[in-house]
Amino acid sequence: MSDSMNTKQEDRREFLKAGALVAGVTLGPGVLFYGVAHSRAPEEGASSNQRWGMLIDTTKCGDGCNDCVTACNTENGLSGHTGPQDSQWIRKVDIKDLRTGYVQSLPMMCQHCENPPCVDVCPTGASMKRADGIVLVDRHSCIGCRYCMMACPYKARSFVHEPLTDQNPEVPRGKGCVESCTFCVQRVDRGEQPACVEACDAKGHKAMIFGDLKDPESEVSKALKSTDSVEVRADLALNTGVRYQGI
Amino acid sequence: MAQQLCINQGECRTGQFISLLALGGLVILGALYAFFTLEHHGHILTGMTNQIVWGLPHVFAVFLIVAASGALNVASIGSVFGKQVYKSRAPLSGMLALALLAGGLAVLVLDLGRPDRLIVAMTHYNFKSIFAWNMIFYNGFFAIVGLYLITLMDRRLKMWSKPVGYMAFFWRLSLTTATGSIFGFLVARAGYNSALIAPMFVIMSFAYGLAVFMVVQSSMYRWNGIKLDEGVRRRMKNLLAVFVGASLYFTVVFHLTNLYFAKQWEFERFILLDGGIYTTVFWVGQVIIGGIVPLILLFMPRSKDAQSMCFCFLAPLLVILGGIAQMYVTIVGGQAFPLVIFPGHEVQSSFYDGIVNAYSPSVYEWLLGMGGVGITFVLTVVAVRVFKFMPQDDFQTLQSRRSTD
Repeated sequence: MSDSMNTKQEDRREFLKAGALVAGVTLGPGVLFYGVAHSRAPEEGASSNQRWGMLIDTTKCGDGCNDCVTACNTENGLSGHTGPQDSQWIRKVDIKDLRTGYVQSLPMMCQHCENPPCVDVCPTGASMKRADGIVLVDRHSCIGCRYCMMACPYKARSFVHEPLTDQNPEVPRGKGCVESCTFCVQRVDRGEQPACVEACDAKGHKAMIFGDLKDPESEVSKALKSTDSVEVRADLALNTGVRYQGI
Repeated sequence: MAQQLCINQGECRTGQFISLLALGGLVILGALYAFFTLEHHGHILTGMTNQIVWGLPHVFAVFLIVAASGALNVASIGSVFGKQVYKSRAPLSGMLALALLAGGLAVLVLDLGRPDRLIVAMTHYNFKSIFAWNMIFYNGFFAIVGLYLITLMDRRLKMWSKPVGYMAFFWRLSLTTATGSIFGFLVARAGYNSALIAPMFVIMSFAYGLAVFMVVQSSMYRWNGIKLDEGVRRRMKNLLAVFVGASLYFTVVFHLTNLYFAKQWEFERFILLDGGIYTTVFWVGQVIIGGIVPLILLFMPRSKDAQSMCFCFLAPLLVILGGIAQMYVTIVGGQAFPLVIFPGHEVQSSFYDGIVNAYSPSVYEWLLGMGGVGITFVLTVVAVRVFKFMPQDDFQTLQSRRSTD
């Protein structure tokens, strides 16, 4: 009687051990992968306590330097072609003052407005602004009507005109949808800098400062406080997240 | 059955009916071919780019949608303002409005980057977007005008035709205001961004819609060998002239306002003087062919026995062509003019900043655009054959009213 009791208890122990092992093997990698893949829990989401922004010093921007553009293309899986139907998320613009003849070169991309016209006009809400101020396109609900491209005052958006291959898994793109600079949201969410800013620093120009505009201690906030900067098309009162110094 | 299917015709000309259907069907097939090709290969095959994002399909789509609202004018004058001559034309007017809207919307949808996501557009609304409001207006237009047609054509529901007619009248005014606002609400582009565009679209819709109505009406009368009553003809041509004149007036005010604002000078110079194809299409297409020539034709004194060709067919036909030209200048011309990002600066970049953007529509865009016209055509041909859309004038009443109206 006691023998059979012992056998039963051992069986139960073995079963529990095996069960724990199976559960561990099943769940372990998931938990581990979850930890590796996310520096921030998804339920945390983007917070309105932050507003990501950028200050671009055009006086430091290298004439002829295209490193920010190249870095953007590499990070986001863009072809780098510059035909009229190719996507360009960031571009170098050369401007010449018509009255004074003063010439400058600067990077232009989505200005991540506080009041983005692209978000206002989007019929489905695919064009949206995250709580932390990053303006994005939801690739699942964009119907490809291109109204946001008509509305953007900065010509920051591109339409994907042909099927894509070899995409960066972190940056899904798709034929028939509109896309634009995301401030490299996948990097920002990991606590890194956008690729363009990193490339500009690596080149030694340090013309782009990225950070949290709501944090008074951030480098970008300090820089903005100590220097005169402007919004492009300030007359539209969009309160852009990207500001320029030197124009 | 066969007799019932040709209720409008004095004689049943099935062969010619089938030919018309085949012609329209062929055009629709072309549009479907373009749609599936673009769906597979992407918009790379079109002339549209990241600079000219709306092209020829939108020109046709917006024209048809605006004309749809205007085509309902005839019915509105009948139901809302109680004019008998227009009342007897109300069913044809309502049907044409639906056919035009169907054609326009089809082009708009088939040109989307992701037409397969139409259900997303129907279920997710951003109510700050005038585009989203337009979807509601377009769908509502089908429902309300459909209901209106039923009240017009079913004797038992006749008493409802007036209230429903009122509703349709206000609905289509809202629809065209919203369609114009798609452009009027674009804050940054020199060619748009004006409160004037919405009322201008409303008045243009009156002209385009009535023009389409008159072309169809003339064709139906000619097809059946019936002569349109002189009084009706005169009244409609005068109304068209008023609408064409008003459209020209709005065009003048729009450009004069721009000319007064220094920041708009460059844009005005582009459209009015040195914009190449856009300047030509504006002056020759919109102003001369679509405005001045029809006005001359409509007001030209003619002898009693002269045929109605110039009055009721050619003039509205020119108004339609002028309307398409106007849409081309408004939609494509507005984008071809470089977006001003740095006022007071000369701008250059790899993304075509600061230059006049080139656009040459591909065959697929033509096929898509014409497909919208084809859909409208086929729907109209089938409808006038199957239903009683031929205006039923009571000529004796007309005679007696002519002196009083």
